[in-house]
Amino acid sequence: MEKFTKITGIAAPLMRKNIDTDAIIPGKFLSKVEKTGYGDGLFGQWRYLDGERKENPDFVLNRTPYRNAVIILADENFGCGSSREAAVWALGGFGIRCVIAQSFADIFFNNCFKNGLLPVILKDIEVYELARQVEESDGKGMVTVDLESCQVTGLKGQIYHFDVNKLYREILLEGLDPIDAALKYELEIDSFQEKDRKTHPWVYQY
Amino acid sequence: MNSPKTLVDKIWESHIIMDLGQNTYLLHIDRNVQHELAGATALNGIDAAGRKIRNPELFFGVMDHVLDTHPGRSDGTPIPGGTNFIQQFRQRTRAHSLRLFDIDDPRQGISHVIAPELGIALPGCTYVCGDSHTCTIGGIGAFALGIGSTDVEHVFATQTLIQAKAKNMRVILNGKLGDEVYPKDVVLYLIADIGAGGGIGHAVEFAGPVINRLPIDGRLTICNMAVEFSARTGIVAPDDITLEYFRSRLFAPKGEMWEKATEYWRTLHSDPGAHFDKEVVINCDDIKPQVTWGTSPEHSVAVDDRVPDPVNAPDSLTRQTMERAVSYMGVRPGTPMEQVKIDAVFIGSCTNARLSDLREAARILKGRRLAPGIWAVCSPGSSETKRRAEAEGIDRIFREAGFEWRESGCSMCMSGGAGGEGFSRGQHVLSTTNRNFEDRQGRGVRSHLASPVTVAASAITGHITDPRKIGE
Repeated sequence: MEKFTKITGIAAPLMRKNIDTDAIIPGKFLSKVEKTGYGDGLFGQWRYLDGERKENPDFVLNRTPYRNAVIILADENFGCGSSREAAVWALGGFGIRCVIAQSFADIFFNNCFKNGLLPVILKDIEVYELARQVEESDGKGMVTVDLESCQVTGLKGQIYHFDVNKLYREILLEGLDPIDAALKYELEIDSFQEKDRKTHPWVYQY
Repeated sequence: MNSPKTLVDKIWESHIIMDLGQNTYLLHIDRNVQHELAGATALNGIDAAGRKIRNPELFFGVMDHVLDTHPGRSDGTPIPGGTNFIQQFRQRTRAHSLRLFDIDDPRQGISHVIAPELGIALPGCTYVCGDSHTCTIGGIGAFALGIGSTDVEHVFATQTLIQAKAKNMRVILNGKLGDEVYPKDVVLYLIADIGAGGGIGHAVEFAGPVINRLPIDGRLTICNMAVEFSARTGIVAPDDITLEYFRSRLFAPKGEMWEKATEYWRTLHSDPGAHFDKEVVINCDDIKPQVTWGTSPEHSVAVDDRVPDPVNAPDSLTRQTMERAVSYMGVRPGTPMEQVKIDAVFIGSCTNARLSDLREAARILKGRRLAPGIWAVCSPGSSETKRRAEAEGIDRIFREAGFEWRESGCSMCMSGGAGGEGFSRGQHVLSTTNRNFEDRQGRGVRSHLASPVTVAASAITGHITDPRKIGE
């Protein structure tokens, strides 16, 4: 998995509540068994006009310089709805490495860490201040997200701290595979199951 | 005495393998149930990484998402690439000797419908599926998580998940349900009340007299929509109704094992005085049949109410969201919901396609015909549900009314996925499903959510209709 340590780049404000995963990657783009190649479908129904691949000039990611965004700014409950991991793959495929929002839906939040995407939770005034500064600079101003120091730096050099779970931070910083991380505990899993087969045998009766 | 615990605490603690610190745990997963979308992707990932499947006996596979629901179906599906998912899932499950309820298997159906129906999901167990509506399964007292396909691989390889423990929330449903008010109405009312983000970060226990009297089907409907207010999951404590439901289900414990299991299941309830981080009390006497006007499940009003005016929104962002929703839906603020004409109806999905749902809809449809020009589709929640409905003559009532009577699957709940069909742009579709997002049921399609009874009543009149106004 691609590591995440520190990025500096264009941030695209998409200041809506409840941006759902159907909007992030519409169902009609989910036609592949593979995990790659979803970048084109990112925000497909918003980015393209009617059924074609003709760009909607009003959509933020179709405007320069936002089409080179590496960060998305959003309001609350980003990634709600469907569990489709392709929402994360589509963001990554487009080049987005970090989403900064007031809150995230749980399944999307968990999926991010498995794919090198960092979800950052900031307070509403902080996200809105970042969005305001970015818009004032016509999108040209850079935002920095540093996972080592757990800090976001805005256009005026202001610093916002964020929290991230230690384990997930390590997974992103080192580019670890969470499955390998869990397989380190194989003996513990064995002994749990051995005990559980006695206390809850009906769970294993097949 | 130990400190009082919530139902979720009890299930959670009995599945902890490792405390990983910072409220994060390595949790044992008892049941891994997958469909062809997440399942095919995850099994390919497992094979690509050369990993082994740790507990194949705890896995159940079923075709539900992309498969066609037309009678006489095969591997073909209108969704581009859909056949690939079906065939790869079949090949991969076969290669790993995993159980699969394939297209023609009598046990096939929507995973969240068949798992309780077959006794695969059991009270007190941890349960995962690569679908956000996995929270449905909480209705029988399991701790059920919707996960992405990489986490599905994680469960295949380790039979565990790395999870942060959610906060505890309780929704108490007091009073009783009025005339033609169903679990779907209760949960839409709740979401309108607390908002689409009202449960974020919380595992939600539904309790109170309304829940205690509710049969399993209704509990499953309410838990199904926990994700629609962004809860991690929903759950109802198992009780006599739950135990009775599981007696003699195909994969449920039998004999001595049944006695042991039920003795344990009876301990699964929140202790008096257990701490909830958030509590919501709803007086269900106040609830009327609900219908959505906008593009979020929180955009729900009583069917005899009007489209709200964004001018009255509490803040500017909510106003913008409402304006966008009103414009997408093509409804004018202040219009009575009952004046909204509909073009199509869909009765199906993991929310509302169990036998009781079909029976209620049939009660309205009996001896009546669809309004002219209405396209109506019913896809039962499982093949077993379909057979039982047919044995009761329900299929004939639907057909005679003018409905298409389909095979079981996720069907028209989502465009581009489920079967690949969609409704047409600009059409108003009244649907028993769970999501009225923009483009959810097809590009530009205007979805309104309601109970099966409200959907059936409206199919007859051709506009959104208060089911209380339709005589027997």
